[in-house]
Amino acid sequence: MLNFLVTFIPRAIMQGIPLLYGSTGEILTEKSGNLNLGIPGIMYMGAISSVIGAFYYETFTPKDSMNPLLAVLIPLVCCLIGSLLIGLLYCFLTVSLRANQNVTGLAITTFGVGFANFFGGSLIKLSNAEVPAIVLGGTSGYIKTTLPFANKMGWFGQLFLSYGFLAYLAIIIALVASYVLKRTRTGLHLRAVGESPATADAAGINVVKYKYVATCTGSMIAGLGGLYYVLDYSNGIWSHNAFGDRGWLAIALVIFTIWRPSVSILASILFGGLYILYLYIPTGTEMAIKEIYKMFPYVITLLVLIIVSLRKKREDQPPMSLGLPYFREER
Amino acid sequence: MEAVKNAVRMEGITKRFGNVVANNAINLELHEGEILSLLGENGSGKTTLMNMLSGIYYPDEGQIYIHDKPVTIASPKDAFDNGIGMIHQHFKLVDVFTATENIILGLNEEGKMNLKEAGKRIKEISQKYGFDIDPEQKVYNMSVSQKQTVEIVKVLYRGADILILDEPTAVLTPQETDKLFAVMRNMQKDGKSLIIITHKLHEVLEVSDRVAILRKGEYIGDVLTKNADQQSLTDMMVGRAVSLNIDRPMPVDPQPRLEVKGLTVYDELGVKRLNDITFTAYSGEILGIAGVAGSGQRELLEAISGLYPIAEGSIIYHNPKTNQTGDMAGKDPLEIQKSGISMAFVPEDRLGMGLVGSMGMTGNMMLRSWRKKKGIFLDKKEPERVANAVWKELEVVTPSVDFPVRRMSGGNVQKVLVGREIAQDPAVLMTAYAVRGLDINTSYTIYNLLTAEKMKGVAVIYVGEDLDVLLELCDRLLVLCGGQVSGVVDARTTDKRQVGVLMTRVGGKNNEK
Repeated sequence: MLNFLVTFIPRAIMQGIPLLYGSTGEILTEKSGNLNLGIPGIMYMGAISSVIGAFYYETFTPKDSMNPLLAVLIPLVCCLIGSLLIGLLYCFLTVSLRANQNVTGLAITTFGVGFANFFGGSLIKLSNAEVPAIVLGGTSGYIKTTLPFANKMGWFGQLFLSYGFLAYLAIIIALVASYVLKRTRTGLHLRAVGESPATADAAGINVVKYKYVATCTGSMIAGLGGLYYVLDYSNGIWSHNAFGDRGWLAIALVIFTIWRPSVSILASILFGGLYILYLYIPTGTEMAIKEIYKMFPYVITLLVLIIVSLRKKREDQPPMSLGLPYFREER
Repeated sequence: MEAVKNAVRMEGITKRFGNVVANNAINLELHEGEILSLLGENGSGKTTLMNMLSGIYYPDEGQIYIHDKPVTIASPKDAFDNGIGMIHQHFKLVDVFTATENIILGLNEEGKMNLKEAGKRIKEISQKYGFDIDPEQKVYNMSVSQKQTVEIVKVLYRGADILILDEPTAVLTPQETDKLFAVMRNMQKDGKSLIIITHKLHEVLEVSDRVAILRKGEYIGDVLTKNADQQSLTDMMVGRAVSLNIDRPMPVDPQPRLEVKGLTVYDELGVKRLNDITFTAYSGEILGIAGVAGSGQRELLEAISGLYPIAEGSIIYHNPKTNQTGDMAGKDPLEIQKSGISMAFVPEDRLGMGLVGSMGMTGNMMLRSWRKKKGIFLDKKEPERVANAVWKELEVVTPSVDFPVRRMSGGNVQKVLVGREIAQDPAVLMTAYAVRGLDINTSYTIYNLLTAEKMKGVAVIYVGEDLDVLLELCDRLLVLCGGQVSGVVDARTTDKRQVGVLMTRVGGKNNEK
């Protein structure tokens, strides 16, 4: 049993990290009153942007002369730029032009997934690979680097130290986001914008600026989840629809954690575990049972929604103006 | 006596909204350390004037001086910087935040956010002026009065020495009002200057040192409170009667059509909005309903049309076709319609409750008639005919009957709405603020339409705000004050003064009964 846990939990954590990035990003976004359903697309954008960066770096640099720092920085910067641009697009449409947030978000998801698969396909063509996939082993090797003594520490090392730096970064970002939201003036102002933009506006807070900054920062954080998945978890292998439907799971996680990034750290591991649980059921079980296992994360999200709604605690409700555009003229 | 210093001086302030002049060349002074009442009827421009002090509007003409220095106030922040704080009628608070969080919201003080320190300062301010406030309490747990306290402390926390309170007592119980007045006097003692906007005369006399009166956007004058009484203030507030020459034939064969008996309603907060309202509306007459804003006019009309829950009382309808009577209290609009009561309601919120903005005239006509036809398909012919008739007869300016009503001007929207309701051939026609925001010509069109309905034998109920119109258009006036019937008067023989007194005090002085 202990053996099972020591192998299962690290897998769950690695599955959970992209979800943690996605949900932290979405929480920041939603706290500003923007319901960004484009998160799945944005995570695809982050993934493909980093893949493009890594692909060209690996193509133009012989494997043995690769600079570790550049190998990490290039995909990282590409990922941030890619997800920032699409976050800006979302903001421009919903904040400046006041388009419907649901429609815009869904459009961005469709666009992001399509964009990633299109350019992913192009890169696969360029690389003349025999299988329909790109393998960025070099870059991935650097990104996955763990502490040198991790292997020597037995189960402790395997549980806590066997991950690349991006996994720890996700937890740090979630903790920082949690602190900013709860304890700083910026967080207070951001929450006010999401709760009641008219009140924030009257108090002299620049509503548009807060919405833009929170949503774009959120997009960039979510994009990192895509990068982590492809270049760390999948060992740098990109194929069609590589990222799956994890973006939706990240959004479900936002509701599950009732808008708390710190709770998301453990909840994402739970979700990650549930997401791959079907791999661990005895072989020979019917395929249909597997599909039921895959439903678990969504089922418990629904349960949380029901419980939270029944408790009617105001702090547990979504930000009050979530999904609504803000017009200053409508006083 | 030392010379008075001015905390605020407004000189020649004019503000227009489109063609409407909300404030015309107003000169107003607020002396240091005094409480000034700004008195005027609804729509007289009080709030507009104060919004220019607090930076929400910018004056078209004129100059504002703060402590005798000319200033430009272009935003709420400028107002704060000049020590001006306004407490609006609608509170601007974040519900899930604590009092402290709301108070420090938007402030960029040095260093880390320190809620404990801020809470201490809030406690200090509260003790100084006699507020009762818990800095840790969440706003959604607060009563209206506590929310108001948070708003006032918010302004004081920012160091304001000129406070403007926009109808602060409208939402308070008498006990809470007394507490507020005590706090206001404490602030005055501390050297702050206050303006209180109100239309309640007894409060003016109780709390203020001086009264300034506005009427229809004009500055009428100011008096020291000690030299004023209810009568003199009412005279200044309502002014002399103006003749409007609205055609008013005598009612023909009036019969009771709608009898309201002992109607009482409560709003969702449990506050009594209508208290034991009893009156009768007769066929062939226009019954005007007068009262300062928020005296229960909206609740009354909505209760009659089945949109507002009724706690007590009955509404008896006399059906002119069958000569039957029935109680319609407690029925919803559909049940009322089904039981053969033909009633039309022109709500004040035209595009919210009255019409669907993105549909054309035809579509909006259909809203009233689609239920009459059986089958799954809509009959467009009949509504189109009505729409065309309304378009021609009421001279609605629109490119076609399918043009979205949202994009029409206010007057045309109102014509569509009134036209639709009249086309139903109602036995009772209720209108709320039917001419609000309309120009003179359109207003007269509406008056004539209502008079024509009255001559057809319809019982018309007209809720209005302009006393001159009410006195010339209606046959009888029902005056509401604080959700109670303050009096019923004959519009032909009464005068503005009497109605004004009834509006501000239940029963007034010269009660007819």
